[in-house]
Amino acid sequence: MAKHHIAFTVNGDPVETLCETEETLLDVLRNGLGLTGTKEGCGTGDCGACSVILDGRLVCSCLVLGVEANGKSVETIEGMARGDELHPLQRKFLEHAALQCGICTPGFLVAAKALLDRNPNPTETEVRYWLAGNLCRCTGYDKIVRAVLDAAAEMRRA
Amino acid sequence: MQERVRNAEAATDLKVIGTRPIRPDGVDKVTGRARFGADYNLPGQLIGKVLRSPYPHARIKRIDTSKAAALPGVKAIVTRDDFPDQPSEFVPAGEMLINYRDLVRNIMAREKVLYEGHAVAAVAATSASIAKQALKLIEVEYEVLPHVLDVDEAMRPDAPLLHENMITAGVDPAPNTPSNIAKRVEFKLGDVEKGFAEADVIIEREFKTKPVHQGYIEPHACLANVSEDGQAELWVTTQGHWIVRAHCARLLGWDASKLRVIASEIGGGFGGKTVVYLEPVALALSAKAKRPVKMVMTRDEVFRATGPTSGATVRVKIGAKNDGCITAGEAELWYQAGAFQGSPVGPGAMCAFAPYDLENVKTVGYDVVTNRPKVAAYRAPGAPISEYAVESVVDELAKAIGMDPIDFRLKNAAKEGTKAAYGPKFGPIGLIETLEAAKAHPHWSAPLGPNQGRGVASGFWFNVGGETTVQLQLNEDGTFNLVAGTPDIGGLRASLCMMAAEELGIDPSRIRPLIGDTASLGFNFLTGGSRSTFAGGMAVVEAARKVIAQARERAAKLWELPLEEVIFEDGLVKPTGEHAGKNLVLSFADLGRLAGKTGGPIVGNASLTAHGAAPTFGTHIADVEVDPETGKISVIRYTVIQDAGRAIHPSYVEGQFQGGAAQGIGWALNEEYIYGEDGRLQNPSFLDYRMPVASDLPMIDTVIVEVPNPRHPYGVRGVGETPIVPPLAAIANAVEDATGLRFTELPMSPPRVLAAIEAARARGDKRLKLKF
Repeated sequence: MAKHHIAFTVNGDPVETLCETEETLLDVLRNGLGLTGTKEGCGTGDCGACSVILDGRLVCSCLVLGVEANGKSVETIEGMARGDELHPLQRKFLEHAALQCGICTPGFLVAAKALLDRNPNPTETEVRYWLAGNLCRCTGYDKIVRAVLDAAAEMRRA
Repeated sequence: MQERVRNAEAATDLKVIGTRPIRPDGVDKVTGRARFGADYNLPGQLIGKVLRSPYPHARIKRIDTSKAAALPGVKAIVTRDDFPDQPSEFVPAGEMLINYRDLVRNIMAREKVLYEGHAVAAVAATSASIAKQALKLIEVEYEVLPHVLDVDEAMRPDAPLLHENMITAGVDPAPNTPSNIAKRVEFKLGDVEKGFAEADVIIEREFKTKPVHQGYIEPHACLANVSEDGQAELWVTTQGHWIVRAHCARLLGWDASKLRVIASEIGGGFGGKTVVYLEPVALALSAKAKRPVKMVMTRDEVFRATGPTSGATVRVKIGAKNDGCITAGEAELWYQAGAFQGSPVGPGAMCAFAPYDLENVKTVGYDVVTNRPKVAAYRAPGAPISEYAVESVVDELAKAIGMDPIDFRLKNAAKEGTKAAYGPKFGPIGLIETLEAAKAHPHWSAPLGPNQGRGVASGFWFNVGGETTVQLQLNEDGTFNLVAGTPDIGGLRASLCMMAAEELGIDPSRIRPLIGDTASLGFNFLTGGSRSTFAGGMAVVEAARKVIAQARERAAKLWELPLEEVIFEDGLVKPTGEHAGKNLVLSFADLGRLAGKTGGPIVGNASLTAHGAAPTFGTHIADVEVDPETGKISVIRYTVIQDAGRAIHPSYVEGQFQGGAAQGIGWALNEEYIYGEDGRLQNPSFLDYRMPVASDLPMIDTVIVEVPNPRHPYGVRGVGETPIVPPLAAIANAVEDATGLRFTELPMSPPRVLAAIEAARARGDKRLKLKF
């Protein structure tokens, strides 16, 4: 079957690519555009490793078809740092050692940013429930939750 | 809350070790730049997919790939015919043994399929969708056979046999009929009958645990590239790329030198990435197609065809005197190996009573095959199961004689000089220190609310050493590159750089680490057995000391001084004796610049087999709250106290403690493989195989105890595995404390807990403590 032509923005930059009907936004980002920072852990929307922001909304990119991204804006982990400057969440993840293997980290960062964008002062419980769609098998979440709370506090002071 | 308890003898003049620098690979991992197994691509690559058995047990009568081969875009197909058969022979691989006769059958079914999901054929095609279409065109004729899933059922005389010729090993005289029991192991000390005769109280219980998966978030993935002359490259996510090379070269009949294996960043392993599944298949496909072949498992495939660890039945009997002295301990363990022998029942039996100083102890283990995926190592393989059973009975015994469970453990705790039932005499160990720290911890004495309970349990793991090679290169500007060969899963590169920096008297950021490929360093055993910081540290220290020795030689040559008059201090080479203070000093920047003129590049190579791995003990405290309406158990407070020997980077030690505890909590409360009567896995997804998420857990407090390992230059013990051992019993003991009911079956999932609560209410069980 013929491929579909799709055009959308990734981290503000316009992109165009072709995708098969069954390909997901995750496939398009990773295989079509070479943006491998977004990870596939399950392909069924259960682990959050493929989290991206689609038109301002946090989604699992494995549950969105590539063709659905047409005309929309996508934000991925690759767009989180600004030049040399890491996003406070990225910096706090490093300072708190909030990652071990790092495979879930891009998804956690994208999801945590979506939380802080709408709730700059979350409680520990709010952080834990917001991030309940992101699986981490290494850390037990302790240092991740601390990093998010610390980043939120720093961003509120800024 | 994070604390450290340092042994008084421990040196405290260290500048780098014990600090918390940012890990060198950190920025790559928070920006999406780090490349994991599925992140590699090559021009012209094909996509490989595996056809898997829909049956748990069937004879393969015929495989016809002709229609698939005729599909445009299909470039190669492999089946059992593409892998030469192997003799039966056990070789060490990680903390488990591998039999190549079995391994060749596990990567591609031969005579029979032995579990649902068993690989039967594989296709490489120009796109994933063509590869998937091709799988549908492969015709496989099966003769379906009766299957067996449960360990107890598999041992019945009328059970279907997985391997028609398997005679139980380790039994004298050998049985004359085959069975599903592959092996019997026994560890014994003293006389248990005499010990039980001396006991005032004896408690005996039987426990059951379910298979659980390692649950790494990154599925298995690799990219193979084989050229016309048989030279091959393989990018792969693995815990040990030399082990991958060894297995693949053996299975394919290739020279090891022709296969270069490059380890990608690894998205979690926990033991599950110590064996091969896709790798030899991708290489075989690439060898046929003469094009690169990329293979990535789906999560469904990961659940059905890799890992998990054993489900088990365990019987434990312990006797004690009224004064709290344990007089005898006995355990029988039946562990599921899955389709091929090799469950971790051996280490399970060895660890069972290791935290105790016992005169009379006996453990017997059985390795039992069933129609499930072949088990793989999982963090302290075998130990969580046996120690769960022992630590549950220990808790019950302490209560029966009216002793505090920590005091009871302290009274019987293994210490320096204790002879372990599995053979060795312990050197300095930190079990007593963890128990004392637990007792002193505010968690232990904090008040509890209604329907809440508190449990404590200890745990043990051996830790291993193994072959390790590193190279430390001084660059021309005074910076260093450190090449190591053990994949870094949780901060290893940071720890290795810190030990090198401590030796060299420089900031760790001056050292850039790299995990080298199999052609760039000598052999490295895998990242497993909690060995990589321990053994890698030994090698790094040796390499750094070689660099320092060369630095002194170069300076002596330049200054025309005898070597003994040149010293190394605070990162600088200086003259001593009468020349001291003469403004002669060389930094690494000077030495790097002058290296070419003073004898050539300065490189420290270390290649060794690390001996002296010291065991690690931990004690965990768990608080739970039980909802009597739903049976849901919530962990409301958790503290991990463990000996680390020496914490190089405390944050990553704490991370190991917390992550291991979380996995143990999942094992205790939710995780299990659920099979239907048809032998098919019913929960092969993260939705239905429910690992703990952030909202399931509290903060996990840690106390790092440091009783140095005298055999390591900085006192390091492995820390990675022990943390998964105590949680199963700590949670079960807490649930007993909250409910009055002893759960001898895991997981303590809401339906199982609710059924037990309702049954206890119905029979008017006086033990039931819950408020409704």
